[in-house]
Amino acid sequence: MNYRMVTANTLKEGAVVFMTASGGWSQNVNDGKTVTAEEADTLLESAAASVADCSIVAPYLIEVEVAGGKVRPVRLREQIRAKGPTIQFRTSA
Amino acid sequence: MMYQYDEIDKTLVKERVDQYRDQVARRMRGELSEEEFRPLRLRNGLYMQLHAYMLRVAIPYGLLSSTQLRKLALIAREYDRGYGHFTTRQNIQYNWPNLEDTPDILDHLAEVEMNAIQTSGNVNRNVTSDPYAGVARDEIEDPRPYCEIVRQFLTLHPEFSFLPRKFKVAVTAAETDRAAINVHDIGLRIVKNDAGEVGFKVLVGGGLGRTPFIGKVIRDFLPKEELLRYLQAILRVYNMEGRRDNLFKARIKILVHELGTERFTEKIEAEYEASKSDTRLLMDGIEEDRIRAFFTPPTYESLSDDAPDVDAEAAGNPAFADWLNRNVVAHKQPGYAIVNISLKPMGEAPGDATAEQMDAVADLADQYSLGHLRVTHRQNLVLADVRKQDLVALWKALVALDFATPNIERITDIISCPGLDYCNLATARSIPVAQRISQRFADMKRQYDIGEIRINISGCINACGHHHVGHIGILGLEKNGEESYQITLGGSSDVDADIGKRIGPAFASEDVVDAVETLVNTYLDIRQDGERFLDTYRRVGQDPFKERLYAAY
Repeated sequence: MNYRMVTANTLKEGAVVFMTASGGWSQNVNDGKTVTAEEADTLLESAAASVADCSIVAPYLIEVEVAGGKVRPVRLREQIRAKGPTIQFRTSA
Repeated sequence: MMYQYDEIDKTLVKERVDQYRDQVARRMRGELSEEEFRPLRLRNGLYMQLHAYMLRVAIPYGLLSSTQLRKLALIAREYDRGYGHFTTRQNIQYNWPNLEDTPDILDHLAEVEMNAIQTSGNVNRNVTSDPYAGVARDEIEDPRPYCEIVRQFLTLHPEFSFLPRKFKVAVTAAETDRAAINVHDIGLRIVKNDAGEVGFKVLVGGGLGRTPFIGKVIRDFLPKEELLRYLQAILRVYNMEGRRDNLFKARIKILVHELGTERFTEKIEAEYEASKSDTRLLMDGIEEDRIRAFFTPPTYESLSDDAPDVDAEAAGNPAFADWLNRNVVAHKQPGYAIVNISLKPMGEAPGDATAEQMDAVADLADQYSLGHLRVTHRQNLVLADVRKQDLVALWKALVALDFATPNIERITDIISCPGLDYCNLATARSIPVAQRISQRFADMKRQYDIGEIRINISGCINACGHHHVGHIGILGLEKNGEESYQITLGGSSDVDADIGKRIGPAFASEDVVDAVETLVNTYLDIRQDGERFLDTYRRVGQDPFKERLYAAY
């Protein structure tokens, strides 16, 4: 069974974050609160407070799988958002 | 050698930064919502991408001084993650700035007469041009004064600040089209008429994205002094009649297509005629001369075109000879050369440069190329005024920077958009595909055997990697949750411009590099003497390629 999670970007850094059980935000997808599809809209509504206090922008729901205690977003886009670019940057000449 | 800000420019940019600083502060305090702030940040080049903000900085027609490049390096080092990405609009993007740092970044840019104005939004974007402008042997005259005139005319122009959609202008004066004018909203080619007068051939309605078109010629010859009045006419018609009801049909190419070239041209000409009593935009030569003076050719040394030391090095050093043959181009001035700096080392992200590399290239520009350089729309750099006698020393310095890969216009000189590794709109990754192709074809001997070929990769239908005009175009899509790649063949953005045709069903990510290799091998098997990949494809059509490509699937 797949679950839902709320993700957003922080206002300050633009960093990818996931909503935690306490209503906070973590950059680790495994910290994110997972809910059923039926509970998803309620979870998303609860992100409004963080939009209002300028912590995050543009929250939305993603679909995730949970296996062995690890969370994995279903879509590749969200997997890449959760882990960062799949390429190495050039950091020195 | 390049435009210098006057007091008006300086004031305008400074005021703009101050306004933006205030807007950011209000956003951080919650006085502006994201909906209110978004158009304001976009007007200053700041996007929100997948992992972070992205700041796009304008490099007008790709021309940079060494001082400006050092500033770009400083920004990469102090405000980003130590690198920048040069784009197909000859701009640079930073992938990791913090929102609250962006006003400081814009202040830094203003110090060196740069900005991020109109690098996003439904306005005229960076005017692009030939990276060899002013030094090319095949140009009628330097196009950059006209790029600058257009840039000034369309920067914060009140009438054209809310166009139906973004707008892109390219200008060239050379026989070889290195500015892709056929795939721009407006393409301007400087031409001579039968009377020997210099003017513009005007193309309108080219573009890529989800509905690609080659631009239509609406004027074979426009007198130079009429340029702004004619541009105004085009933009007025577009502003009035361009579609605002559908984002995907809002570019001028759709208007040209829906009206038909003839009717569209009639409307432009009517608007142009109606503005003829307004002489304010008639370029009387005074302003033109003022702008042109900034681009006065440098005082070149009187040198022989022979360079025996270079010839001797090339004779005994195959690596240098390869670089000389591939990356160095004839200059209009005897004893000088145009040097392409490849930002496509094997297996690296196309167009990326570290802060250290930028600083080092700035030093090389000072030492060897009169303190200036250019960014190309193919995501490379150019040192335009190098004395031939300095080529060996310059090559050695570039080798040390990993910037001397002798692959210009070869299969590893790939144009790629950032794709799903960075971009909010992307549906698949682009850079890793470019890297894998680059690794597969890393052998330079093989690259030279394959000859001129252009591979363009886009990570979504918006086509920022210009896949439609790649000899081989690759479009990344998401299909059933997996990346898949459509291949098009036969595209070109040069004088023989055309939109590539899709060859067949898409390939899975793990198969796409094999597919490219199959296409290349097919070409090698059936090419005739002197044919490039594109020539062979145009001679034989899709079938031989298709048969080989899908035989295994």
